[in-house]
Amino acid sequence: MTIGLSHFLVVSAVLFVIGVTGIILNRRNLLVLLMAIELVLLSANINFVAFSVFQHNLIGQVFTIMVLTVAAAETAIGLAILVIYFRNRGDIAVENATLLKG
Amino acid sequence: MASLIFYLFAGFLLLFAALVVSVRNPVYAVLFLIGCFFNAAGLFLMMGAEFVAFILLIVYVGAVAVLFLFIVMMLDLAAKPRRYALRRYGVIGGLVAMALLVQLVTVALSWISHPQAFSSVDASAIENTRALGLVLYTTYAYPFELAGLILLVAMIGAIVLTQRERGDVRRQKVFHQKQITVSDAIEIKKVPTGQGGDL
Repeated sequence: MTIGLSHFLVVSAVLFVIGVTGIILNRRNLLVLLMAIELVLLSANINFVAFSVFQHNLIGQVFTIMVLTVAAAETAIGLAILVIYFRNRGDIAVENATLLKG
Repeated sequence: MASLIFYLFAGFLLLFAALVVSVRNPVYAVLFLIGCFFNAAGLFLMMGAEFVAFILLIVYVGAVAVLFLFIVMMLDLAAKPRRYALRRYGVIGGLVAMALLVQLVTVALSWISHPQAFSSVDASAIENTRALGLVLYTTYAYPFELAGLILLVAMIGAIVLTQRERGDVRRQKVFHQKQITVSDAIEIKKVPTGQGGDL
């Protein structure tokens, strides 16, 4: 049985669902939320590369590099916000982030 | 053989991903995230996208994961049990996850590519890195520059966000240093001979 496009797409889909489920269920730790976002972006990258390879079109891999760039920028900014949030609150639990609730 | 390698990489990728979102210590979560990236790089190598695979290793394992580890160290988190509010969010989360999974797998299994999608840049003739370089620095030069700009903005933003003024640290004030003239720094006093002067 040869490995085709669908195999990679299914792996990517399952990875995406794991990431989204982690985002929804996570109540305790903003850091793990950022890691779940990384998983979602990784699944998007697997999709891009799979389509790029199986359709013989390099543009998908170029786009993967762009996604990697944006993901790295997002991680840096997100972690910086996390650090100042921890400095202000002394806690990074998601369920306690209710300052805007009024 | 190829399918065995695929199932190995894919299985470990999904296993580590599940562990990332479920393990209670954030340090272990970061380590499993690194494992995820290694296995994803293995999948990319299997597909023949070497450049992206190694960029993934260098950027993610080398930079992003280490950044996560440093933040975990900085934050001084006790390894508290991660309390999942399963009663309130388990149902919603499970429903969303099931819906997404069914949709995505349906799409993935029934995918038929449009014949005209096979186009322009063919990667199979030359090796992957050279082919990427040939399009990245010519056709996509402006997006590439833009990616650099995004990174610059992110770097400045992260520095500005995390910088703080501390009262107990003496900082160099370059502007004031440059503003000092001779008359501010030196005072010339006439000292009468034989009498001395007071400060």
